Amino acid sequence: MYNTGNMVKELAEKHGRKRESLMPILQDIVKKHNYLTDDAMVAVASELDISAAEVYGTASFYTFLDTEERGKNVIRVCKTITCSMKGKNDIIETLEDMLKIKVGETTPDKLFTLLETNCIGWCHKAPAMLINDMPYTDLTSEAVIDIIKGYMH
Amino acid sequence: MKKKGLSKVDLIFETIDAKVVLEKAFSMTSEEIIQQILESSLKGRGGAGFPTGLKWKYTAAEKDPEKYVICNADEGEPGTFKDREILDRASYKVYGGMAIAGRAMGAKKGYIYLRGEYRFLLPQLYLELHKFHKMIAEIGYDFSIEYRMGSGAYICGEESALFESIEGRRGEPRNKPPYPTSSGLFNKPTSINNVETLVTAMMIIAKGAQEYVKLGTKDSRGSKVFSVSGDTPVPGIFELELGMTVQEFVTEFGDGDTKAVQVGGASGFCVPRKKFADTIIGFEGVPTGGSMKLFNSSRSMYNVLHNYLEFFSEESCGQCTPCRVGCQQLLKGIEMVKKGEAKSTYLYELVKLADTMKVASKCGLGQSVGNAFKSIVENFREEVIY
Repeated sequence: MYNTGNMVKELAEKHGRKRESLMPILQDIVKKHNYLTDDAMVAVASELDISAAEVYGTASFYTFLDTEERGKNVIRVCKTITCSMKGKNDIIETLEDMLKIKVGETTPDKLFTLLETNCIGWCHKAPAMLINDMPYTDLTSEAVIDIIKGYMH
Repeated sequence: MKKKGLSKVDLIFETIDAKVVLEKAFSMTSEEIIQQILESSLKGRGGAGFPTGLKWKYTAAEKDPEKYVICNADEGEPGTFKDREILDRASYKVYGGMAIAGRAMGAKKGYIYLRGEYRFLLPQLYLELHKFHKMIAEIGYDFSIEYRMGSGAYICGEESALFESIEGRRGEPRNKPPYPTSSGLFNKPTSINNVETLVTAMMIIAKGAQEYVKLGTKDSRGSKVFSVSGDTPVPGIFELELGMTVQEFVTEFGDGDTKAVQVGGASGFCVPRKKFADTIIGFEGVPTGGSMKLFNSSRSMYNVLHNYLEFFSEESCGQCTPCRVGCQQLLKGIEMVKKGEAKSTYLYELVKLADTMKVASKCGLGQSVGNAFKSIVENFREEVIY
């Protein structure tokens, strides 16, 4: 959980209060906090003067607008065909062993969430994953361990 | 059919003086620009292949003073990554193409809808956009571009779903007609083009349509950027003249053991080895938005199909029943056949379902699931069953 505070009001000032402001506002909240709380969505609804159901309905459509609690670093490993062919399962196994969580789970210290995702556009450098916005490609188990260590502090 | 072989081209990434090209474009009338694009026979490079000149012409013909140019950078088709590369290396030409499109149809505002997976590109893209706006101001022309981000929904690459998303809604495709050229973003006349299409249009204006049509075949003029991945020693981005056969492509990019090429991504067609020589990559054969995935004999085509169907089941927006339920049933169906819970003849029923989805689905997603499904089931039946 995080405190919504003045954030939503500030974002509404920045992006406007029209319906088309909704996506940029939700995206900015997720960028900062990695997921949308009920409180945040209600606050957005009130700023934009639309129903909270409209906000939730829109947010829940988009994979990257998570409405469940996520860790500080969201790992999304590509599972589409080329990454799958080039060793995606080994990467997942390495991450599960290292973080002691399964796909879909968040570490108890809320530092990492491990997810799978559909094609992220790095098929020529498969397997690939995103950590937050950053792509990592040509992954090996060794490389993944180093990358994750870099996010541990 | 004329066979042209394989030849590399450098048009999309070639460095040009954008200001010179834009000044040339702005000195032309709307009709002159559209005439050039029509003469070039340019077809949309996102995959659907609608003639770009016609799209611009229809939008230009609308009387509404408020119109939009949209660049579709929601590149989500599995196996496609060329738009990211184009934006990364030549975004100034994307902006230039949008300004030319704006000139042609009388639009002063452009949006680029960039998929969330490419957000890391934004700082560099904004830097280039700032330079572009400055240059446009120097020329004394009125046109501006804004970015809008996607958030991980494949369906938002469908044009009307993309409009819904920019408008702040669920990315659910609209009924057509009305088509975007008369009622698109904010219900205003809109021309929506793929990243590569816009760059190609700018190059056509730079070099002239007569020069451009020297490349390619009658049905597929010009060149195209291909995203090559899978079982290949040389994965990556390659700009090639259109008109080659799959065989010629495989000779260049295969690993010597290629048994199938998936042309056009998960929504495209699977070409088996026995059809390599007779299949042309282009609108006269197998069209593609650029995705070319090679599979060698170590790969199970059942696994490939299973992966695609999982993809579609997750990415279907769920709005229309044929697509929502169809994708899930196709996936369940091949699993049942594989496990022996259904007879192999059940595949015929599934093919009928794929045909129904083609006719009854609301948008291109559900309509094209059958492409991969049928071409894999028909050409690799044994692998799907046993």
